[in-house]
Amino acid sequence: MAELMQFLLSGVTVGAVYALVALGFTIIYNASDVVNFAQGEFVMLGGMITVFAHMAGLPLPLAALIAIAGTAAAGVLLNKLAIEPARGAPVVSLIIITIGASIFIQGVAQLVFDKQLHRFPAFSGDTPIRILGATILPQSLWVLAGAIAVFVGLWAFFTKTLTGRAVLATSNNRLAAQLVGINTNWVMTLSFALSAAIGALAGVLVTPITNISYGVGIAYALKGFAGAMLGGMGSPIGALVGGILLGLIEALTAGYLSSVYKDAAAFVVILVVLFVMPQGLFGRKSTDRV
Amino acid sequence: MKTLTALATLAALGLAGTAGAEIRIGATVSETGPAAFLGDPEAKTLKMMVEKLNAAGGINGEQIALTLYDDGGDPNKARTFATRLVEDDEVVAIIGGTTTGASMSIIPVAEDAEIPFISLAGAIEIIDPVKEWVFKTPHTDRMACQKIFEDMQAQGISKIGMISGTDGFGASMRAQCLEVVGDYGIEVLADESYGPTDADMTPQLTNIKNTAGVQAVLNPGFGQGPSVVTRNFRQLAIDLPLYQSHGVASKGFIDLAGPEAAEGVRLPGTALLVGDLLADDDPQKPVVTAYVEEYQAAYGEAPSTFGGYAHDAFAILVDALTRAGSAEPEAIRDAIEQTAGLAGTTGVVTMTPEDHLGFDLSAFRMLEIKDGAWTLVQ
Repeated sequence: MAELMQFLLSGVTVGAVYALVALGFTIIYNASDVVNFAQGEFVMLGGMITVFAHMAGLPLPLAALIAIAGTAAAGVLLNKLAIEPARGAPVVSLIIITIGASIFIQGVAQLVFDKQLHRFPAFSGDTPIRILGATILPQSLWVLAGAIAVFVGLWAFFTKTLTGRAVLATSNNRLAAQLVGINTNWVMTLSFALSAAIGALAGVLVTPITNISYGVGIAYALKGFAGAMLGGMGSPIGALVGGILLGLIEALTAGYLSSVYKDAAAFVVILVVLFVMPQGLFGRKSTDRV
Repeated sequence: MKTLTALATLAALGLAGTAGAEIRIGATVSETGPAAFLGDPEAKTLKMMVEKLNAAGGINGEQIALTLYDDGGDPNKARTFATRLVEDDEVVAIIGGTTTGASMSIIPVAEDAEIPFISLAGAIEIIDPVKEWVFKTPHTDRMACQKIFEDMQAQGISKIGMISGTDGFGASMRAQCLEVVGDYGIEVLADESYGPTDADMTPQLTNIKNTAGVQAVLNPGFGQGPSVVTRNFRQLAIDLPLYQSHGVASKGFIDLAGPEAAEGVRLPGTALLVGDLLADDDPQKPVVTAYVEEYQAAYGEAPSTFGGYAHDAFAILVDALTRAGSAEPEAIRDAIEQTAGLAGTTGVVTMTPEDHLGFDLSAFRMLEIKDGAWTLVQ
């Protein structure tokens, strides 16, 4: 029992990290159908800027704020300098541009920062919390709370606010959105800023658990992408559930089967789900008018 | 910036013109890429040492010209750069090959061109079987395993659990450990693994914890994995000795894992980490202390074990060049093979035609983390 509980808590710890990264994919995807593979770099920037601002003597909360604001600015730059000039290009080209941007950001980060692994202390200490004979670190709860808060925020944004609906409208049909008076350029800029900020928040929250270095972005992007696909690309609840589910599958496989098959098992489940439900667990059905 | 580069190039050309005789040596290390935290200190060390040596007048009155390439840890690039070093830059010796993969791809180039090559990578395959032109400075993975098992044996530990990274380092060391573990009468009861970027290893550690009879846990791996393992180990309150590998032998590891979680962790490391704890008559003490001071002064940070590998490679080469009295690759190779009693950061090196590594298990020190600092286990 304690064993199962420990596996579940481990799954939640890892899953919350994936979910937080997966949530970052949501906005840009909803605005433009582009899967932004530089999302992992936003996570990395969030963590690295916090580490270096903190080392420079700033208190941790201030360092984290600077990191989130700075990364959001990087997101805006990415849109202005790389995505906007290629606006007419097909989605696949834009996705490839984000991969290039990811490599570029990584290169800049290793020059501006350094190549070492870093960490800053957990927000509420390292004393494990005991639940039914198993343990979880307080920082994992921070990550989980962060993921849920971002999810609630995104859900409210997309369903309750005019701006959020403007984002969805832009994705649906850019020309029609422009015709009803939506400034689609501004929507794109906003969605990159928000996605980058969510990524940076993820970086700030997960660094005490996973450590951070300039090169971790791609691994985050891949796992977050897998979580988002599982849950349904573009759906906030899908990103949350998909990410946590992915973590749980990995932890249970590592616990009961073998740690060697951990990643394989997760991807087999994703393949099966996508085979049965091509839109993911919570994805919207796309209907094309003929 | 451009004018600066142009000026620097002009200056370099001018210097090369006036210096006349100079000894060209080449290096290719992983300054960037996944092994950057190994290759970065190596590159910094080489640059620093070349500069210092030239400022002091060079070798037998001749300046050293170092050509340094960044292979990003990619064996293909390493091979290309090695070829370029041999054919275009006409170097007389090569240092480098941060990762085992990179080293293995440089070896055939060096062997064909008959240029001595000093590798900075861990695997035993590099020098076993002995290759005429290939030497290396780091301990082998197998020696790290043997050192750990020796210590376990002394503690009366005969049943252990292992949790290894699936990256190259972790996988290679795990295989080496499993090969020699029988020699020490130790049984591996649990054999778990984790991915190099995993965020939580508590399921694997729970399984090890629940395996009856496990007396200690060994974690071959480097990068972030071992620090996560160490934190999870304390999180689960596993009351067993935890052994890490030489892959994490740096001050950074204690910071990453947190001093509380790292308390009591043992690992085999080099003299470099504990320079000030060494006995005054230890031949490595002056070498290690001087290197740490110079590196600290030049870069504002403590050098890592990996920087030490580059230090030793360069020291061996300089020693050989000085004794050979000639900069012919053949003469340098013979001189390297005759290296005797050279104190480096990793060990006291004595090469023979049968041994191109030059030291044994005693060069490893068993270290234990106490109160956030390294201590020597007697």
